[in-house]
Amino acid sequence: NISRKLTPVVLKIIKHYQEEGQGSEVVQGVLLGLVVDDRLEITNCFPFPQHTEDDADFDEVQYQMEMMRSLRHVNIDHLHVGWYQSTYYGSFVSRALLDSQFSYQHAIEESVVLIYDPIKTAQGSLSLKAYRLTPKLMEICKEKDFTPEGLKKANIGFEHMFEEVPIVIKNSHLINVLMWELEDKSTVADKHELLNLSSSNHLEKSLQLLMDRVDDMSQDIVKYNTYSRNLSKQQQQKHQYLQRRQQENAQRQSRGEPPLPEEDINKMFKPPQPPPRMDTLLIAGQINNYCQNVKEFTSQNLGKLFMAEALQGHN
Amino acid sequence: MSVFGPVVKIHPVVLASISDSYERRNEGASRVIGTLLGTIDKHSIEVTNCFSVPHNESEDEVAVDMEFAKNMYELHKRVSPTEVIIGWYATGFDITEHSVLIHEYYSREASNPIHLTVDTALQSGKMNIRAYVSAQMGVPGKTVGVMFTPLTVKYIYYDTERIGVDLLQRTRLAPSRTKGLTSDLSQVAGSAARVQDMLTTVLSYIDDVLSGKVTADNSVGRFLMDLVNKVPTISAEDFENMLNSNINDLLMVTYLANLTQAQIALNEKLVLL
Repeated sequence: NISRKLTPVVLKIIKHYQEEGQGSEVVQGVLLGLVVDDRLEITNCFPFPQHTEDDADFDEVQYQMEMMRSLRHVNIDHLHVGWYQSTYYGSFVSRALLDSQFSYQHAIEESVVLIYDPIKTAQGSLSLKAYRLTPKLMEICKEKDFTPEGLKKANIGFEHMFEEVPIVIKNSHLINVLMWELEDKSTVADKHELLNLSSSNHLEKSLQLLMDRVDDMSQDIVKYNTYSRNLSKQQQQKHQYLQRRQQENAQRQSRGEPPLPEEDINKMFKPPQPPPRMDTLLIAGQINNYCQNVKEFTSQNLGKLFMAEALQGHN
Repeated sequence: MSVFGPVVKIHPVVLASISDSYERRNEGASRVIGTLLGTIDKHSIEVTNCFSVPHNESEDEVAVDMEFAKNMYELHKRVSPTEVIIGWYATGFDITEHSVLIHEYYSREASNPIHLTVDTALQSGKMNIRAYVSAQMGVPGKTVGVMFTPLTVKYIYYDTERIGVDLLQRTRLAPSRTKGLTSDLSQVAGSAARVQDMLTTVLSYIDDVLSGKVTADNSVGRFLMDLVNKVPTISAEDFENMLNSNINDLLMVTYLANLTQAQIALNEKLVLL
């Protein structure tokens, strides 16, 4: 299942981030298009304003409706097919994203979320990825069953949360002509950022984020461990209580007295709440994503360094 | 061609949107018009966004849906409050009388609007993109006419836009006009290949000059001197040290990343036991 995008969409997303998204806020917007055979074609998009006022919800829905109505007048496809979001160093696996994507996918089967990484793009190569929730994850979200047992039933690992959809960019002939014209008139790109050798800054930030996530993860693990320890302790206590009861009852019977009434042990020993596993899954997915990004980055840099060595060796 | 007045700087996103809306025009409409949004500076006008406006054009009259234009502008303003209406665009090569009328409409919205024409019909073999500003002409006291004076048009990009456009440029070479997004080492290889191409061009130029085929140009010579001087001279030892420490850093990070991934995978399996 492939998704295809037309040129204006790419440029609009880039521009939107550039103008609004300075700092670590994410910018979001809606993707419009249609579904053709097994492809999802994205033909247009429009950005969302930032949530700064209190009546953000009301504004959002109305804004969206008005935008879609207006776009229909000028023959632009007005079918929702997904949404896009910018990300900071690859950190986008969050509860909010999951919820939004779930509601989109619930309504429209084919929808995707497009993640645009401006920092990676500034380093030399356009970084746009399209993701969709796997059917398994959709099931779980529908049932809202985030307990450990539920996840075990579905057998979901953090690797099966999102599936990536390959993106292909398609241009119409007119846009091709435009490209030729631009190439003609504009200066040669003097930013060959991709061959930049310095890497420590980017590495530092990535590692910092990774460490934060790993901290979160370890806290979560501690919580889970205490929970399971509590659970087993409680089981033991229950067991002991039952045994004592039985012993007492046996003694009483031997003495001819009526046995003690059976008490509801469940009320006495309330089982502890199992912690929701969804957060752990998300954190694990995010860590995985960071690691992937870091590995890609280091492999590129190693290549560049070896190239530099070969060049220097010629002197 | 001497021009007066501000320079018009256009972002490629605007042109792409215009082409796109031209392709989607209604049956029977020969051209599309729309509003240009952007920012005005002292000497330059920067066009950063645009949207198309439905309009009807016949021999005698023209009707533009100004209500729609106002609505769209409000919506856009919510997202980027710094953009203002700076003019309007039309596809097609000439400026017709209707353009004058439409220009007047827009004069009410913005002071001294600019008018952009994008020649989508490719009349002169290329897609001509021109900008105009209106000026009064005629004899004072009698009927005054309007003349459109051309302005210089430049293309300006944000850094990230430049990189995006580079990728898009590559689609025009593919026969099916499609291109997937590459990743990893192939990107570095592509970039290196491009630098290599540029070096080959420079070298062939130098060969030509040396063999007398092309006359030497002093300014080019000076650029070449700059280029050669920019390569830093580092002793082999220092370079090796720097290289090794960098490689060590990168390898360590890779190892850590792999370790972390193995760790979370293990954790996953343990929890699901």
